[in-house]
Amino acid sequence: MHPAASVIVFTTLSGAGFGMLAWLGIDSTPSTGWGAFGYYFVAFALAVGGLLSSTFHLGHPERAMKAFTQWRTSWLSREGVCAVLALTVMGLYAAGLIFLGEALSILGWIGAILSLGTVYTTSMIYAQLATIPRWNTPLTSLLYLTFAIAGGALLTGKVTIALVLLVAASFVQVIWWKKGDTAFADRGTNLGTATGLGDRGEVRSLAHPHTSPNYLMREFIYTVGRKHVQKLRVISLTLMAAVPVVLLALFGANHFIALIAVLSHIAGVATSRWLFFAEAEHTVGIYYGMR
Amino acid sequence: MTDLPTSTEKKLGLVIDLDTCVGCHACVISCKGWNTENYGAPLSDQRPYGEEPMGTFLNRVHSYEVKPEGGAAQTVHFPKSCLHCENAPCVTVCPTGASYKRKEDGIVLVNESSCIGCGLCAWACPYGARELDQAEGVMKKCTLCVDRIYNENLPEVDRVPACVRTCPAGARHFGDFADPESNVSKLTAERGGMDLMPELNTAPVNKYLPPRLKDSWDDESVLAPFLEPVAEETQGFMGWLDKQLSRLPGDVKQTEGAE
Repeated sequence: MHPAASVIVFTTLSGAGFGMLAWLGIDSTPSTGWGAFGYYFVAFALAVGGLLSSTFHLGHPERAMKAFTQWRTSWLSREGVCAVLALTVMGLYAAGLIFLGEALSILGWIGAILSLGTVYTTSMIYAQLATIPRWNTPLTSLLYLTFAIAGGALLTGKVTIALVLLVAASFVQVIWWKKGDTAFADRGTNLGTATGLGDRGEVRSLAHPHTSPNYLMREFIYTVGRKHVQKLRVISLTLMAAVPVVLLALFGANHFIALIAVLSHIAGVATSRWLFFAEAEHTVGIYYGMR
Repeated sequence: MTDLPTSTEKKLGLVIDLDTCVGCHACVISCKGWNTENYGAPLSDQRPYGEEPMGTFLNRVHSYEVKPEGGAAQTVHFPKSCLHCENAPCVTVCPTGASYKRKEDGIVLVNESSCIGCGLCAWACPYGARELDQAEGVMKKCTLCVDRIYNENLPEVDRVPACVRTCPAGARHFGDFADPESNVSKLTAERGGMDLMPELNTAPVNKYLPPRLKDSWDDESVLAPFLEPVAEETQGFMGWLDKQLSRLPGDVKQTEGAE
C-alpha cells in the first residue's frame, strides 16, 4: 500500500492524542487551571491535528460532513462520529477543570471510553479489509490500542505505567509483524484463485493491461524500502520504546528528558506506521503478477 | 444507506468467455468512450501523450499464460471490470453513502456528488474494479452502462453495456442471473462459470467461462487412421523407375541417411 504522509501523520498523532485524553479522563487527581490547560492543549492539538491531516488525502474534503452519516456499516464513519463525541465530551470535561476548577469525573470516564473507542474505530478501518491480509486481524486493533495507551501514558507523565506499557507495545508489535509476514500466504489467494485458472496449471502474468502504472498500481503495489524492512523495524522499536524506557529509567522524569522521550516515541510510532502501509500487500497486486 | 440489500429483484451482470476473448481491448475502448461522454464525471487521462501516461478505465484486459504440467502453455486474455458482488465489500465501507447496491437490479453504483474521494472502497475491493479519477477526485467504477440498458432512446439492440455491444468475438454476454432461463444463467450452467477469488466471500454476480481444454501432445487425432500412408512401397512403373534411379551414383541423401 502506498504510505500516504497524511494518513501516517493522522494515525500517529491522533493515536497519541486520544491515548492522552483517555489518561486525562480517568485521572483521579486531575490538575486544574493552567496546569490542566497545558495537558489538554497538547492532547487536543495532537488529536485534532491528526484528524485534520487525514482530510488532506480526500478528493473532496468540502463534503467531509457527509462522512458522519453511514455509521451503521462504515468504520470510517464510526470513527468520525466517535472522534467528534470524544472531543466534545473531553472538551466539556477540560473546560470544567480549567475554568471552574472542578472535575466532573463521570464526564471524564465517558470521554476516556470514547477516546479509546476512536482509536479502536481507526484500527478497524484497516483491520476490516480482507483484501489486505496483513491488516485483517484483531491484532491490528490491539496494536493501535496499546500504542495509543502507551503513548498517552508517556505524554501525561505517568512514568511507571508508561515503562510497562512501552515494553508491552513492543511485544504486540513484534507479534503483529511475525503474524503479518505469513498472512498473505496463509490466506491462500493467488493468481490461480484470482483468475479461476489455477486448477489447470501454473498461471503467470504475460502482459499488463496498460504500459505504465495506473491508480491501482500506485495505490496498492508499493515495493520501495522492502529490502530495508528489518532495519526499519529495529529502528522503529528502538525509537518507540527502547530510547524512552532507558531515558526514563536512568534519568527519571524531568521536563527535558520527558520531551526527548516523547519525541523519540512519536518518531518510532511514525516509522512503525510507515511500515504498516509500505509492507501491506493488497490482492489487486496479484492481477499484475506483483505483490 | 450503505447497507447491502438482503436480496435484489434482478441480478444483472456479465458472463465473460475466456475461451473466446481474443484480447483486442475493443471493450476497453468502447467503455471509455461511452462512459466519458455520458453519465457522471468524464474518465480523465493524465499525460496521455507524455511520459508515463495514466488514465481512468472501468474495464481492463490482462493477459495470462496457463501452463499445465507437461503440457503446452496457453494464453488467456482476461477482461476485468466490476463484478457487482452480492456481498460487495466496497459498499459497506463507504462513510458517506455514495456507494450503493440497487435493490431492483443489483447494480453497484457511486453517487458522485456524495463521494469524498477517500478511496476506502477501492481498498476494500479485491479485484481492482474501482479507480479514483485523478482529475475529478471521485471514485469511478463500471455502471453496467445503466444509462444504456434502460435507455428507450436507443434502438433495442443497443440496450446492453457498451463492452458487450462492441465485442467482435462475442465473448461478453449481458443478462439477469436471477432468472434461471436467461442466456447468462444457461451459459454459466453449461460451461461451468467461475467466481473470481471465491475464498473472499464477495459472491460476485459476473461469471467467467473457463477456456475449453486444448489438444494435448499425447492424444491421437481422430483423423489419424485416415492419414496412414496408403502405399509403403512404391510399386509398378514408378517403383521400377525409383529402383533404376537409385542405382545411379550421386544419390546424396541416401548416403547421408546411411551414416
